[in-house]
Amino acid sequence: MRARVFVTLKPSVFDPQGRTIADALRSLGYQNVEDVRQGKYFELDLATTEAAEARTVAAEVAGRLLANPVIESYRIEVD
Amino acid sequence: MRFGIAVFPGSNCDEDAFHAARDVLGQDAEYLWHKDADLKGADVVILPGGFAHGDYLRTGAMARFSPIMTEVRAFADRGGPVLGICNGFQILLESGLLPGAMLRNRGLKYRCEHVHLRVEQIDTPFTSAARAGQVLRIPIGHGEGNYFAPSEMLQRIEANRQVILRYADPEGRLDDAWNPNGSANAIAGLCNEARNVVGMMPHPERACEALLGSVDGRAIFDSIVGAFRSADQPSPRLRRSAMASAEAERLALQPSVVGAAGNRHPSLSMGRSASLSAGRSR
Amino acid sequence: MIDPPVLERHGLTPDEYDRIVQFLGREPNPTELGIFSVMWSEHCSYKSSRVHLKTLPSDGPQVLQGPGENAGAVDIGDGLAAVFKIESHNHPSFIEPYQGAATGVGGIIRDIFTMGARPIALLNSLRFGPLESRGTRRLVEGVVAGIAGYGNSIGIPTVGGEISFEPSYADNPLVNVFCLGIARASDIVKGVASGAGNPVYYVGAKTGRDGIHGATMASAEFDEKSADKRPAVQVGDPFMEKLLLEACLEVMRTDALVGIQDMGAAGLTCSTTEMGSRGGAGVEIDVALVPQRETGMTPYEIMLSESQERMLLVVKRGRENEVERIFDKWDLHAVHIGQVTADGMLRVKDRGQVVAEIPNRALTDEAPLYERPMTEPAYVAEAQKLDLDALDCLAEASTLEDLGALDRSAKAFALHSVADGRARGLQPGDLNSVLLSILGSPTVASKRWVYRQYDHMVRTNTINPPGLGAGVVRIKATDRALAMSVDGNGRYCYLDPYRGAMLAVAEAARNVACAGARPLGATNCLNFGNPERPAIMWQFARAVEGIGAACRALDVPITGGNVSLYNETDGRAIYPTPTIGVVGLLERADHVVSRRFQEAGDAVILLGDSRGELGGSEYLKVMHDLVRGMPPALDLDVEHRLQTLLVTLAAERLMRSAHDCSDGGLAVTVAECCFDTSRIGVEISIDRVQVARESRMNVCAALFGESASRVVVSVVPDDVIAVLERAAAADVPARVVGRTGGERLRMGVGGQIVIDQSVDDAERVWSTAIEQYVAKRVA
Repeated sequence: MRARVFVTLKPSVFDPQGRTIADALRSLGYQNVEDVRQGKYFELDLATTEAAEARTVAAEVAGRLLANPVIESYRIEVD
Repeated sequence: MRFGIAVFPGSNCDEDAFHAARDVLGQDAEYLWHKDADLKGADVVILPGGFAHGDYLRTGAMARFSPIMTEVRAFADRGGPVLGICNGFQILLESGLLPGAMLRNRGLKYRCEHVHLRVEQIDTPFTSAARAGQVLRIPIGHGEGNYFAPSEMLQRIEANRQVILRYADPEGRLDDAWNPNGSANAIAGLCNEARNVVGMMPHPERACEALLGSVDGRAIFDSIVGAFRSADQPSPRLRRSAMASAEAERLALQPSVVGAAGNRHPSLSMGRSASLSAGRSR
Repeated sequence: MIDPPVLERHGLTPDEYDRIVQFLGREPNPTELGIFSVMWSEHCSYKSSRVHLKTLPSDGPQVLQGPGENAGAVDIGDGLAAVFKIESHNHPSFIEPYQGAATGVGGIIRDIFTMGARPIALLNSLRFGPLESRGTRRLVEGVVAGIAGYGNSIGIPTVGGEISFEPSYADNPLVNVFCLGIARASDIVKGVASGAGNPVYYVGAKTGRDGIHGATMASAEFDEKSADKRPAVQVGDPFMEKLLLEACLEVMRTDALVGIQDMGAAGLTCSTTEMGSRGGAGVEIDVALVPQRETGMTPYEIMLSESQERMLLVVKRGRENEVERIFDKWDLHAVHIGQVTADGMLRVKDRGQVVAEIPNRALTDEAPLYERPMTEPAYVAEAQKLDLDALDCLAEASTLEDLGALDRSAKAFALHSVADGRARGLQPGDLNSVLLSILGSPTVASKRWVYRQYDHMVRTNTINPPGLGAGVVRIKATDRALAMSVDGNGRYCYLDPYRGAMLAVAEAARNVACAGARPLGATNCLNFGNPERPAIMWQFARAVEGIGAACRALDVPITGGNVSLYNETDGRAIYPTPTIGVVGLLERADHVVSRRFQEAGDAVILLGDSRGELGGSEYLKVMHDLVRGMPPALDLDVEHRLQTLLVTLAAERLMRSAHDCSDGGLAVTVAECCFDTSRIGVEISIDRVQVARESRMNVCAALFGESASRVVVSVVPDDVIAVLERAAAADVPARVVGRTGGERLRMGVGGQIVIDQSVDDAERVWSTAIEQYVAKRVA
């Protein structure tokens, strides 16, 4: 199975990179870009065929290492 | 006393800390390889700067799983003094030995320059030789030193007087223009609730010799050496009373303190000597 | 199968191909053709430049290692050697500024630790187009971030460097990176393979298809594969390199190593061939054993890959375990991929089957050598003409619009100071704004925005940080320190490559001497256009002659370096730009001198003569948009005496600051001596020079002329006599021109105050100019 983990800064945490990108986009004429939040994306190849198990492992990995719970939250997709 | 200096793959200020401890301070020093579960009898542990494990994923994120960190944590739990400098601070945050997290610098760029730090608390083994309110000129060198903590956590940190160093102007006034990275409450250095674990973004080991442009970093190292020495003496009372008057002076001098720190009456006895002797048990 | 188009893609001429067939006694197979093409490329073979480079002086009692190894080395006493080299990464940095610059840093660091030296300092010399262009700003940001990203991570301080901005580099920036390391002189390691039967090891990052140039792709078989598999951009991994650095130095502390070389340009091909050739031996490897990052790689691709952070080692037979254990400790896997042979052949196998077999000699010593035709380009005679009488020296600077590139607040300062000067009845007050314009020109302005992004303090040795002149690092456990500087002036070299190159050597050595260090040796990075054009070849040959003359006279032998040709876009070449790195030794670290005035009340002494030379000057460029005239004359004997005097004055602690006069002349130099101090002002008074009919032009020439061999020093009043005596004894012109103090920059020419300016205002213009350009950035 493949699990995808998306890690982003929590909404309460200021994201200076995201803001800079948003500013740049607006200066390029994309006035309707209101905000940009940037994050990290991981693909985990897991030796299992059980979606539930894959999700459990991915959540554990994300919670322990991939994301820092103080500043980041994560979302998992499994297929 | 013996300094134990942790070496992770990617540490690059390990030799600088070693040089400061052994050649400048004349103390004993040992490197502690990250795969070894052995503190080699260290009285104080330094987690030095660098980019442990490449700083890949997040700064300090992977170093906390090294075998040496299990020992460091146990040592800290026994009250042993631990100092994390720059990347070492980031490792302490990631391993939960200190609260909070680091974000990229506000300006998004790495910054290497001298900054001014106001000493906020002197009842830690790494600031006891400083005066409260003293301004130290010490360099920084980091891209991710923008300290962050959720507001409740920040309040608790301030209430517990855990902020020991803040970025300030040369006169010791807090001013956003002198905050090099956007850190919350201008936090440059932090201790844990037990006050024996300290993290700081600036590099005191880079400011220990006049030839390098500043000797203010000596205050940090002299503190730990002094604290160790006084811990060996029968009564640390004399030092405590000196601290008490310095603390009183600080409160008198300080017009505004970020957060709740200034409002609290300082508790003076930190059990520092107890924690140090615990740290030495091996 | 090997037809003219294939040869052309490999950059080989039909004559060269015939030579290959002759050597092999048969047609080469595609893998062999690829190997020849990279080894005989300009980059590896120096086929156009070698005949000229041979003329450079490379000997001296201090030289421990001259050209031909991974880096040069000089003796610095205490049984230690300084190992250093400069290298270019121009083209990759234009394609991908961050990674191009980062991998340039990675490459030069490997060259240094390969010699058994611990790298302790980096410098860089950068050239870009004008900062007004958004494209340039993007390049600058990327290159600076890339240098920072790699150097900061690996923990080697960037202690100095130089940057200038000139339209000729707009589509071809220069990124030259210098690294210096320290080794025990007796333990210098060489890139040799010797001892038949000794195992050959591969260690470091896995091999991918990065860096294999499209033009060198071989047979149709490979061409069918999609181009996107073969990224030309290499990606650096400073973490891997840090591990390699520590592990290799640890291996070198054993005596289990025979030789080592990094896989830089032409990767595995170049390292196997060169190591074998230096050791008079052959090397046999099996590419199937090479760790690979991608699947389906052919022997051709594996041999030509330029993946970063890879090393090739020859280990003493029987000591394999010891070496493998050290690499294991650092989580690196050393792989045994072949052995040294006695037959002098490069033999490449794939799962035991020979896929290439070439005499090493054919690839190295017998590579083609060209004496390319050269002719003096037509532009030179014209550009060297400069009619100062035709210029109005002040008109350009008197209005807001004409302050050129300065941003609005800088212009406001400039105008304010003009008004300020007039209010004080000073005539002609306009020279204040000329000074501010030059101070705000990016080439002259403070580079703080840049070096603040570099960790310049790690290793706790930096005693002259960037921005103060030469970078200086103390050597722990000794009293000594090393000063180093990289310099070059493309404008001067464009006008006269011979003189320009001499001036570059002189300036680099002078900067080192200003810090109090005795220059010991040099390294060069020669950036030029297409050598197949006779005009470019002429520039190259003349520049090399100039470097040779200056290095001989100043006793700084060239111990190594690098040549970067084909720096052209659409047939327009960059200015010929030899970059010179000079390394010098301070006997006592605590005697180091910087450019900054130390205290009010000190005497300001000018060493050297001002002749008002404005050819190729920053003044002409900024105020008149001209690149014309002859670069300043250089008397190498005077220059050598001046540098010797500086070292003496520093050793006797007679000078408190020293700053070389270069871009912007005496006025800019004196102003810079006031910057980054506790606001120490200065008042100086100098003589008029006679270079033009108009008197004000003569004043400008006195202030902004760039005559060589001049240094501004500050001296405690009690030491003035001693300094003048030392100068007289050394036969160096010296005169007291003023005194430090106050909070203003005041400069008089011929008895009349012509510049009167607050230090604060001037410093603000100078220190913020680059930041203000960059702030206009759009990501």
